[in-house]
Amino acid sequence: MENRFHMEFSAVSENESFARLCISAFLLPCDPTVNDMTDIKTAVSEAVTNAIIHGYEGVENGIVTLDARLEKNILHIKVSDTGKGIANIEEARKPLFTTGSDRERSGMGFTVMEAFTDKMAVESEVGKGTTVTMQKRLKCYG
Amino acid sequence: MKLKSRKKYNTLLVTLSGDIDHHSAQEISEGIARDFRHSHCKNIIINFSDVSFMDSSGIGMLIGRYKETEIFGGRLAAVSISRELMKIFKVSGLYKIINCYDNENLALEAFRGE
Repeated sequence: MENRFHMEFSAVSENESFARLCISAFLLPCDPTVNDMTDIKTAVSEAVTNAIIHGYEGVENGIVTLDARLEKNILHIKVSDTGKGIANIEEARKPLFTTGSDRERSGMGFTVMEAFTDKMAVESEVGKGTTVTMQKRLKCYG
Repeated sequence: MKLKSRKKYNTLLVTLSGDIDHHSAQEISEGIARDFRHSHCKNIIINFSDVSFMDSSGIGMLIGRYKETEIFGGRLAAVSISRELMKIFKVSGLYKIINCYDNENLALEAFRGE
């Protein structure tokens, strides 16, 4: 069985918890383990946060897109923005890398996404935006 | 997200509840920093028993508080961390610089023993 959803929402920080709620509700019917649910919520939260604070830094009215597809017990997630893009993806993916803003940023976003999913890829073009794709095999009871 | 704090000996005991993400992290940071300044305490213990979610924004917030306690020669401890939250502590290496205990009393004992 395959199931999917597609959503778009404003790039505002209130929507970080909204995105986590949506992915949780989508996965509930397959009765995932608490660990898998936490991993997915965390990975989605990181990707959405990156889109909001980095992709659309200094931009108003940005839109974040979240796509999820569940194919049997394999979950595919795609988080996209059409913001400023990442000039050096390799550098951005390094643990502790931050763009040096004065806010308390850990620079662990991509590291967490990698650790909490099975596969993670980043595609980006400066001035066009960034897309993060993630994949995870779930231990479903349903 | 809710934040409550109280003072015991020279330690500020902070209890957080709800989600810690980028949206809530700044408010939490400012709240703890303000209470810590007013308390004239040296150490901070943060209780995670009612925290339902934390992403890497929480790591940044904790590193910020770690630096603040260090200025006063104090310590930061995290207590009552669920198994789900512990994963992000491990992945980020946070547990290497911040001592984690099962509960507040064990953390207080460890601070007093120094």
